[in-house]
Amino acid sequence: MSASDILNVTLMQGFAGLSLFSVLLLMGLGLAVIFGQMGVINMAHGEFMTIGAYTIYMFSQIADNYWHGFAPAYFPLAICAAFVLAFAAGWLAEWALIRHLYRRPLDTLLATWGLSLGMQQVFRSVFGPKEVSPTLPDWLMGSWSPKPGLDIPINGLFVMSLAVLMTGGVLLALYRSRWGLRVRATVANRQMANAAGIDTRKTDRLTFAIGCGMAGVAGAAFTAIGSTGPTSGSLYIVDSFLVVTFGGAASLLGTVASAFGIAQMQSISEFFMTGSSARVVTLLTIVAVLMLRPQGLFASKVRRA
Amino acid sequence: MSHDDQNEPGMPSALRRKLLMGLAAAPALAVSGIARAQQYPTAKVNTTHLAVTDTEVTVGQLHSATGTMAISETGSIQAERLAIGEINAAGGILGRQIKIIQEDGASDWPTFAEKSKKLLENDHVAAVFGCWTSASRKAVLPIFERDNGLLYYPTFYEGLEQSKNVFYTGQEATQQILWGLNWANQTRKAKSFFLIGSDYIWPRTSNKIARKHIEQHLTGCKVVGEEYYPLGTTNFNSLINKIKIARPDCIYAIIVGGSNVAFYKQLKAAGITADKQFLLTISVTEDEVLGIGGENVAGFYSAMKYFESLDNANNKKFVAAFKAKYGPKAVIGDVTQAAYLGPWLWKAAVEKAGSFDVDKVVAASPGIELKTAPEGYVKIHPNHHLWSRTRIGQAQADGQFKVVAESPDLIEPNPFPKGYQ
Amino acid sequence: MDPLNSSAAASAGSAGSGPVPARAGLQPALKRWLTSEGYGSIIVLAVLILVVFPVALDGFRLNLMGKYLTYAFVAVGLVMAWGYGGVLSLGQGVFFGLGGYCMAMFLKLEASDPISTKIQSTPGIPDFMDWNQLTALPFWWKPFHSLPFALAAVLVVPCALAFVVGFAMFKRRVGGVYFAIITQAVALILSVLIIGQQGYTGGVNGITDLRTLLGWDIRGDGAKLILYFVNAVLLLVAILCCRHIQRSKLGTLLLAMRDKEDRVRFSGYDVAMFKVFAFCVAAVLAAIGGAMFTLQVGFMSPSFVGIVPSIEMVIYAAVGGRMSLVGAVYGAVLVNLGKTWFSESFPNLWLFLMAALFIGVVMAFPNGLAGLYDSHVKPWLARRGARSAS
Repeated sequence: MSASDILNVTLMQGFAGLSLFSVLLLMGLGLAVIFGQMGVINMAHGEFMTIGAYTIYMFSQIADNYWHGFAPAYFPLAICAAFVLAFAAGWLAEWALIRHLYRRPLDTLLATWGLSLGMQQVFRSVFGPKEVSPTLPDWLMGSWSPKPGLDIPINGLFVMSLAVLMTGGVLLALYRSRWGLRVRATVANRQMANAAGIDTRKTDRLTFAIGCGMAGVAGAAFTAIGSTGPTSGSLYIVDSFLVVTFGGAASLLGTVASAFGIAQMQSISEFFMTGSSARVVTLLTIVAVLMLRPQGLFASKVRRA
Repeated sequence: MSHDDQNEPGMPSALRRKLLMGLAAAPALAVSGIARAQQYPTAKVNTTHLAVTDTEVTVGQLHSATGTMAISETGSIQAERLAIGEINAAGGILGRQIKIIQEDGASDWPTFAEKSKKLLENDHVAAVFGCWTSASRKAVLPIFERDNGLLYYPTFYEGLEQSKNVFYTGQEATQQILWGLNWANQTRKAKSFFLIGSDYIWPRTSNKIARKHIEQHLTGCKVVGEEYYPLGTTNFNSLINKIKIARPDCIYAIIVGGSNVAFYKQLKAAGITADKQFLLTISVTEDEVLGIGGENVAGFYSAMKYFESLDNANNKKFVAAFKAKYGPKAVIGDVTQAAYLGPWLWKAAVEKAGSFDVDKVVAASPGIELKTAPEGYVKIHPNHHLWSRTRIGQAQADGQFKVVAESPDLIEPNPFPKGYQ
Repeated sequence: MDPLNSSAAASAGSAGSGPVPARAGLQPALKRWLTSEGYGSIIVLAVLILVVFPVALDGFRLNLMGKYLTYAFVAVGLVMAWGYGGVLSLGQGVFFGLGGYCMAMFLKLEASDPISTKIQSTPGIPDFMDWNQLTALPFWWKPFHSLPFALAAVLVVPCALAFVVGFAMFKRRVGGVYFAIITQAVALILSVLIIGQQGYTGGVNGITDLRTLLGWDIRGDGAKLILYFVNAVLLLVAILCCRHIQRSKLGTLLLAMRDKEDRVRFSGYDVAMFKVFAFCVAAVLAAIGGAMFTLQVGFMSPSFVGIVPSIEMVIYAAVGGRMSLVGAVYGAVLVNLGKTWFSESFPNLWLFLMAALFIGVVMAFPNGLAGLYDSHVKPWLARRGARSAS
């Protein structure tokens, strides 16, 4: 193997690590916003992602069957639609279910688990039990070759840019917008926030819905790299939780750091040993670190209520 | 887009119409049926207290209608019902109509065990058509052996098993693998192989057989990599990089489930397409291509005993009947066809034995041939597997496979291959 | 009325009294023991599972009931840990699986003697090891040839794991939601490990085809009946032990710790060790349930170890009433009965029902069936009793 080959491989492997990092980050971001800012565990997170995936499928069916000219352009539109649909579903879920359970975080766990079961069955009844495959636009499913021998998958680049956009957007919103101000106030001291005139209930609902919308966008992005079926959510939920827990649930920076750490550990070990061993090594490391530092990497110093 | 009709294994509206028409014709058939039943009195054909009456015989269907495996098992449920419907329309077995008790394994092996006990001990069914994964079969096997039940198992699997109470209508590993590797070596001049699989018994056992065959029986060939990934993995970038470094002539892929979709999509995204790389798999059928997307797997090859595009009279009839019942968008994979064979093979054995008793049916089965099989021709081997041909299909962008090669002879099933273990 | 001891107390006490005997001193004491001590509900349960079920159910359904009662062990453990200790573990499947696997390893070694396995390349080792080309029994399997060791392992291994995890978490004051997620991570890791190491554990198929226990065939109808009774008796003994703990000072401390942890800490008690204790009790109970499951059903699989089954086990305790030991048993039995019946008749409807159950239990009746009993049935009975007395 020549030196340029080794360089190519190193670059591609590095890209693989970054690509996994952005996938984990997209998965965990919505969950971190909800859990970190509201203390609510959303076990139905994977199903909100699946809403996004099915949205892409529906749009691709429309493009295929009714409106061929639409085909190359439908994807960005479909992603926005995924956000809107997941946002709406999250809004509804919060209003019907979550708002009654804020003082009982363990119970939200059970209730959202039930929600996830129900949503899975809805998907199965509406779309059928088999997997479906949205026809993705050609510009997305190729690779970019800056030099021969170096192939960078475009869908990886796409997911990465989406992750950067979303993280940037969330940080900007949290620290520069009025919504962010309300959220931070509610998290710091709910009673004072109420006394100061902030409608904490409305803020909670908006935050939950935004977190779900982000999950929808992640699910939409993942149609480029994974499968779409009623039980697809369960493939992603576990990793999302590990990312958020490992990072320290109350911190967005923690989510970013933990996604990066887990991704690098996983892809570097995968290169040197088989996939299963790499997964075991990564999981054991995560558990070991959690045993030593259970609050996660970046725990926020908030007084326990 | 009537999703309900083609995806729900229950009673689509097209079927309802046909059933009403069939009911109108029933009296004529019933008369002939009764005559046949009198020829085979219940006391003689059922000496082991199975659920057999003068007009009906009850069988069980044990598949996953819910859960992750429902994606794959729905086709089997549909095929078995089609076969049973056709048998009933032609007068039934020994003059009796077949009644189905359907149980849902829910993709959970302990549930499979529980339901199989119910079917055998509570309902006393004469035969069970069911299971898909090896785990579900292993969970129910002790129950079938203890209660002396009869199971028709449709999935291609790793072999290493031979039970008196099970008939394996899908291929076992050596049937699928050996001839396919020979074809890859001879026609595609493949000398280096990269073996990939999901991490559990079927891919591992299959790859072991493949490795032995490549290293010991194909001249000048070698294995340049062997990798396994846990079930449910969705990230294959590192694996794809390793493949790029190893530059094999042939990627031999045995990836299963949701990971299949991720693998092929990421393969395409990394620039590994069929025009540049030869790939042979034994785990992709028309059902999987539905989820992967034809354009992501186009040009790659799959080794199966059945493809929906097989060009013979039996298959054309079968495909037409299947699509008439389940909708024009229904696809038929290898396992679906193998499931379709189950009721027919059982009928042939029962008629040859002249009885529903499991011991007599089992004794009568070896040597039974089915010339109306959609795959052409099968014969039951004394080891309860089927003699069958293996074909190589090239995936097309529309989700179908174009058959490019077929084994000239029937391949003998060998679940305990000496020298490969 | 003591709120700690909910469930069928009043009816058992007052209905069983009949005409007033001359021994005036004994009868009120008996009544008090049955009602306020809460043992009445246990007696009703005992009658139900030891007498009514074996008589009313046929062999197949009774074996199913035995299976449900093994899940009840897990639910009872959760009542102790969650209801009393405030420690919600979403990874009880881990301990259920560990207990089950220890028992399965012993039974599998017994079923893999050289004579019955002579068809294998290496006779004398379990079949899945042979398929994976192992040529010798791994060293850590060897001790499982002995039943006392296997029984000890069923109790000790899960307890040790619970101790390690609990100690690490509780000493650092990690509790509540965070702890729950970490137990999920542990469940995930163990299930990945078991499935991945298929040469040593049987992988995703699990350990199947278990036949005899010290020569006694556990698959026969008679054996299943005996195992059912063993299971039922063990369950009742476990409930009595837990009730004893509840009524002791330890139980009061656990309750106090659940409600106001800091005050208990400031009073000088080591809160972490108490939580570890509650967690270990739940772990050992779940492990016993797992071992009994393996004996009654005849195999053990990693499908019990993961996240999904662990959360389902929590719902059994939640439906029954997280504060009620007896309620936990009813909860486990009812949810599983529902699962079996619905998945037979309406497989597609079943998931919606499960979803409704999860949501309903949390929103509408957070204290489960026991809570419903306390808030609706008991006052009605008391009113009826008062009316008949006056």
